[in-house]
Amino acid sequence: MQGLLTDAFLTSLVFGAISAGIPLLLAGLGEQLSEKAGVLNIGIEGMMLAGAYVGFVAAFYSSSLWLGFAGGAAGGAAVALVMALLCVRHGLNQIVVGIALTLGVEGLTALLHHFQFGRTYPRLDAATSLPIPVLSELPILGPALFDRHPIVYGAIAMVAVMAFVYRRTNLGLDLQAAGDQPAALDVAGVDVVTTRTAAVIATGVMAGVGGAFMANIGAGLFIPFMTGGAGFIGIVLAMLARGRPLWVLAGALIFGACLSMTTALQVAGVNIPTDVIQMLPFAAVMAVLVIFGRRASLPAALGLPYVRGAR
Amino acid sequence: MTPAATARAARAAAPAVPLVELVEVTKRFPGVVANDRVDLALRPGEVHVLLGENGAGKSTLIGILSGLQEPDEGEIRVDGRPQRITSPRHALALGIGTVFQHVMLVPTLTVAENLILGAPWWRRPDKAGLAAKVAAITDSFGLAVDLEAVTGELSLGEQQQVEIVRALLRDSRVLILDEATSMLTPKGIDELGALMRRLVARGLAVIFITHKLGEAFRFGDRISVLRLGRKVGEIPPERLNALDEAAATEEIVRLMFGAGAGDPDAEPHVARTLAPAAPLLSVRNLTVSGGAGIVGVEDVSFDIAPGEILGIAGIDGNGQKQLAEAIAGQRVASAGSVLVDGKPVDHFDVGARTRAGLRYLTDDRLSEGTVGTFPISLNLLLKRIGAAPYWSGGLERPGEIATHAEELVKRYDVRTPSIETPIGKLSGGNIQKVLLARELADGARVVVFNKPTYGLDVQNIRASRRRIRDIAGQGIAVLLISTELDELIELSDRIAVMARGRLAGIVGNDEGARLRVGELMIGAVS
Ligand SMILES: Nc1ncnc2c1ncn2[C@@H]1O[C@H](COP(=O)(O)OP(=O)(O)OP(=O)(O)O)[C@@H](O)[C@H]1O
Ligand SMILES: [Mg+2]
Repeated sequence: MQGLLTDAFLTSLVFGAISAGIPLLLAGLGEQLSEKAGVLNIGIEGMMLAGAYVGFVAAFYSSSLWLGFAGGAAGGAAVALVMALLCVRHGLNQIVVGIALTLGVEGLTALLHHFQFGRTYPRLDAATSLPIPVLSELPILGPALFDRHPIVYGAIAMVAVMAFVYRRTNLGLDLQAAGDQPAALDVAGVDVVTTRTAAVIATGVMAGVGGAFMANIGAGLFIPFMTGGAGFIGIVLAMLARGRPLWVLAGALIFGACLSMTTALQVAGVNIPTDVIQMLPFAAVMAVLVIFGRRASLPAALGLPYVRGAR
Repeated sequence: MTPAATARAARAAAPAVPLVELVEVTKRFPGVVANDRVDLALRPGEVHVLLGENGAGKSTLIGILSGLQEPDEGEIRVDGRPQRITSPRHALALGIGTVFQHVMLVPTLTVAENLILGAPWWRRPDKAGLAAKVAAITDSFGLAVDLEAVTGELSLGEQQQVEIVRALLRDSRVLILDEATSMLTPKGIDELGALMRRLVARGLAVIFITHKLGEAFRFGDRISVLRLGRKVGEIPPERLNALDEAAATEEIVRLMFGAGAGDPDAEPHVARTLAPAAPLLSVRNLTVSGGAGIVGVEDVSFDIAPGEILGIAGIDGNGQKQLAEAIAGQRVASAGSVLVDGKPVDHFDVGARTRAGLRYLTDDRLSEGTVGTFPISLNLLLKRIGAAPYWSGGLERPGEIATHAEELVKRYDVRTPSIETPIGKLSGGNIQKVLLARELADGARVVVFNKPTYGLDVQNIRASRRRIRDIAGQGIAVLLISTELDELIELSDRIAVMARGRLAGIVGNDEGARLRVGELMIGAVS
């Protein structure tokens, strides 16, 4: 155990926390956006997986990570579009559709991957990083946080972007109204279906990029079902954070740290059954829910389709 | 002559072309024809009053004009040309602004944010610009809104003012007010009336829906009456001008309710002598904190004897709702005590207080009083879900529930296609009847009414008041909160006046009560 506090251990812990946390952050921010607008987006796991697959294929054939992320965004958005059509426009049950989409995408991506790559799992080249001058020289934090692919910085910047949108723009008001009292938004002259559709598709884009990150940067390859519940953790993060993007970031890092414990402890030469450590994030969810869950105040119209003029 | 009468006389000679016109408009909902071939013309410079019983189809007509509903048949003409109104946004673009009957504001946003809602989404909220525009409107029209208050914490009356300001902010050519006076004080109503006169003087068309015939006559140029979805009469300005108020009232009541509907005015108060008895409800030094910008309750004490009706008068938003909720157990009191039959119920939650016989009829019928999507039958049992004989061993007994509902629906004259109809689909007045039926059932000993007749038509008002009197007659203690002095004078044995969270005084309801209550109200407010 004496190796626990070495620089190598800490660096790999923080590095791993960020790598595992970024997809959760994007999923959490995305889910938060949908929920703010009143859509309980259970399909986000499917959106991530679609993003991971399309993102990987795009990066694999183009040898460009950026095209990979664009592909991931498109993949996530495509699934989100289906969700928006069914749930927002036609008012179908959001939970049923969300689960169906996730299961469907799991099957479809596994199938497509099988046709394309058979039983091989080709790897991408390691991502080139963009070190930030000075900061990347810091011990531990430098290599773990400031010497990364630019998408990492972009994802963290999204926290500020979303906070700005929610607090400082009319769009933020529209989103909140769509979730809390959609009829009021409608009579104020803003179309509820359009607002919610836009929110769901933006969620798809964020989740898709998050999935592409998992495949292209986190793992460097695509494996069927590889998102493994990251989207659902995103839902938990959004529920815990309510409307606050910064909380999603904090939560994503804690979860990321739990997930990266496994590797970090291996680096340090500690032998704890990985199952125990993989339980950590879920134990953490329950602990946080017990502590903060009581003050839950979700948007009043969350999960309810809006039909104009209905009573 | 009233201002409306003067304006009517001036314009009677030159009728204007309608800005918006409904021609033979029909709208059906499952089980009911809400509008049946209705014609309605909105002319510039005219306040067009729409009258009709609860459920007559007034709000549906407004829904069609404001883009919430599209008619099944018939035509809408804007500036003489046929035109579909496909969305609320479209209606706003056509210059039709609406204050809806049920508040259409986002409770979690501030007043300013609600007023900004609808501005281009990519912009930042322009609060400074808004404040200037709002100030211009509130100053010239005598309205008052607090831009920084969180909307959900305002009283319904205050929220209604916000909606009026919003409609004015939009520079509408046609302004629709669906029962906008139902939550205002007499002074507020006069101000709104003056406002309507000023707006039509500028060439706007105003639709004004009310249940109060006095207001219709004072502020209206033209009166249309709806009944069971059909338009049964229209009194044009020339005619209205020729009639005096009594004759106009008589004609309207005849149109609305058919022959023999009787006089809409409040019945005279009949003084009663109650046998001395220990108080059934006692409130001792009750204090409730209000929150930012909201009046709470401060050190309020009173007793109500069995069979007594204690009225609470006061301008809306002076702590009445907080008082009612604290008594009902929905709001935590920071000090003081509530006793039923001498026994404190302070540590009881809402359910326990209900079982102790304490009942509360909220004024917020839609969001607080009922679950809109549940059928009437379940709403009637909302506070007793799981209780025998309607449930047994955790299972619903549909037969018992239905019998219970059928009986109450009949007894309280709830107009509904069936007891399975979701309660949210009923008109405002009929929702109130369901609430009343539920709260009075089984062992009520103390009943708190908060604005029990707001939004009801004349007949329903009278029926409700009769019921309140009957309840007291059975020995139940009644706390009656109302902003309508006439109602309080008609029903109460004593009247307390509430101002800024305190009781300004309690007066016996005798000869000079109206005057003394008025003095207390004014004296305490200014
Ligand atoms: N969206 C809807 N779905 C089903 N039924 C409806 C709907 N809107 C209105 N109705 C029904 O249409 C009829 C007319 O209702 P409306 O709300 O127009 O009455 P109103 O004249 O405004 O009554 P009130 O004075 O009580 O507000 C009622 O029987 C009501 O139950
Ligand atoms: Mg109505």
